[in-house]
Amino acid sequence: MGQFTPTPHDPDARGHFGPWGGRFVPEALIAAVDELAAEYDKARIDPDFVNEFKRLLKDFAGRPSLLTEAPKFSEHAGTRVFLKREDLNHTGSHKINNVLGQALLTKRMGKKRVIAETGAGQHGVATATACALLGLDCVVYMGEVDTERQALNVARMRLLGAEVIPVKSGSRTLKDAINEALRDWVTNVDETHYLLGTAAGPHPFPLLVRDFHRVIGIEAREQILEKAGRLPDAVVACVGGGSNAIGIFHGFIDDADVRLVGVEPGGSGLDSGRHGATLTVGTPGSLHGAMSYVMQDEDGQITEAHSISAGLDYPGVGPEHSHLKDIGRAEYFAVTDAEAMEAFALLSRTEGIIPAIESSHALAGALKIGPSFGPDGLLVVNLSGRGDKDMDTAVEYFGLADGGQA
Amino acid sequence: MSLSDVFAAARAESRAALIGYLPAGFPTVEGSKDYLRSMVESGCDLVEVGLPFSDPVMDGPTIQAAAEQALAAGFRVRDLFDVVAAVADAGGRAVVMTYWNPVLRYGVDAFSRDLAAAGGLGMITPDLVPDEADDWMAASEAHGLDRIFLVAPSSTEERIAMTARASSGFLYATAVMGVTGARDVVSSAAPELVGRVREHTSIPVGVGLGVRSGSQAAEIAGFADGVIVGSAFVSAVAEGDGAVRALTADLAKGVRSAAATV
Repeated sequence: MGQFTPTPHDPDARGHFGPWGGRFVPEALIAAVDELAAEYDKARIDPDFVNEFKRLLKDFAGRPSLLTEAPKFSEHAGTRVFLKREDLNHTGSHKINNVLGQALLTKRMGKKRVIAETGAGQHGVATATACALLGLDCVVYMGEVDTERQALNVARMRLLGAEVIPVKSGSRTLKDAINEALRDWVTNVDETHYLLGTAAGPHPFPLLVRDFHRVIGIEAREQILEKAGRLPDAVVACVGGGSNAIGIFHGFIDDADVRLVGVEPGGSGLDSGRHGATLTVGTPGSLHGAMSYVMQDEDGQITEAHSISAGLDYPGVGPEHSHLKDIGRAEYFAVTDAEAMEAFALLSRTEGIIPAIESSHALAGALKIGPSFGPDGLLVVNLSGRGDKDMDTAVEYFGLADGGQA
Repeated sequence: MSLSDVFAAARAESRAALIGYLPAGFPTVEGSKDYLRSMVESGCDLVEVGLPFSDPVMDGPTIQAAAEQALAAGFRVRDLFDVVAAVADAGGRAVVMTYWNPVLRYGVDAFSRDLAAAGGLGMITPDLVPDEADDWMAASEAHGLDRIFLVAPSSTEERIAMTARASSGFLYATAVMGVTGARDVVSSAAPELVGRVREHTSIPVGVGLGVRSGSQAAEIAGFADGVIVGSAFVSAVAEGDGAVRALTADLAKGVRSAAATV
């Protein structure tokens, strides 16, 4: 099955996954999302588009990414663990898959300007990279809080020729960056594509972002069969908006015996109220253009998410994850900042791989559920990004500058 | 009195209706009641009572800041109905303008029931298109409320026709591609959009986004049935009741001075 082959899990024509998804956007944007959906429908069956996308994944992004067994980490997890190495992609995370696809779509639509939101900066850096490669103007909206947490990524984006605009409204994090990008889009939609970074937002974004990331799961399935001789018992991925998770899940979604496990940011703990565990404790709502689980108060005001990981710090989630939760095909739970940071340090020390703090949530999830599978069990964990960008956070968290040890 | 009566009354005077917006709870719940009453008394034919929302993607800085201030002061959704009732009790006509999530959370039917009970006439839904509005269609029918959907310069003919069919009371035409906020000149896209809308429907058309002065109101009144003013009222509140009344009077004069060209 190809990456762009329609699946029985596709949304309906108006973008609904069960009761989720759809289009809750101003009428002014409907023409743009209609145009995007029509262009994607043509592109996904156009060999020129598909081949150009595959060529860029191979020659520019460095795919396929490796599947690496992690034997010493496995001892701690109590079961056999393989890592899908999205951290080895160009720009250091899975995000490059989606931005290359959408940047090619932007060119097909004849648009010259790209806007994007970013939390940790991974999607912003990836977008700036694709725009530099393909000759597109690039503006990245980033919450002011995140520009401080991720100053190096701001510098990277600027070096790549992008304009980075710190967003000072609301909670000054990812959700406010999306609000500001939507305001820009509605104002400049004629010449601008909004390169949304996660599998959320109005139709067709959840569909096309997922499809651009399906390559992760397709590769992982082939690789685990080759290396382990069988399918895994579970596939584990972190979920903020949910793009890396939906990408790897789809490689295994029709393998009924493979559990799909999403790990959410539990922040200071679910009881503290300071977390981003949208699927675990959220309620249905519409945010940023789609129906999904959201974090909100009893008046329907969206509440602020909290996570040590800027990339998971989001009070919404993709509509397909909401659907997979409801139908029981995927399961979701949260790990705390502390558990994620413990896994971050553990993988670094045992395997010589410094993971992104986002991906460390998936690792912490694997440590949690691993023992239930026993030594004969088999897990694939999506290592969605590398941790270089997180060193400031790690230095502070572990006191590394003062001779501390993680 | 229904929305169609509001527009019929204005039309009988060969003028456009003046529609003023202010968020409930801004600057305080009681303050918003006072200012909305002032707007009614000094010439607004209809007021839009905004529901402050945490993530107002259609709003520019002025209304964003007002919503943040209202929420920071402890505004609750139930306060909205109090504010609507205060307008109705003062003899004004009110619709609510709200992002969809607070309505979903309250319950679409319950929200409609409580809005109608407070004397509200309908609801403007900037991030709800008719394609996703099945629950609202049913609830508005059940509770006798008008549905005001939006059309934009980017809307296709097909979508304008579909949106007009789904709407009642009036249709909200956004004059520019963009977010709310006062602008210096009226967009040239507005008359063209209203012209396109009239090809498909006889429902009254209100034009909003960027209107702040009597002369702009007069210009829009030359081709539209209603002139919608929002951010300029929010800004006037900072200067007090006198400024709100003066702005209303200026705009009310504007919608009357274009009578010959309607």
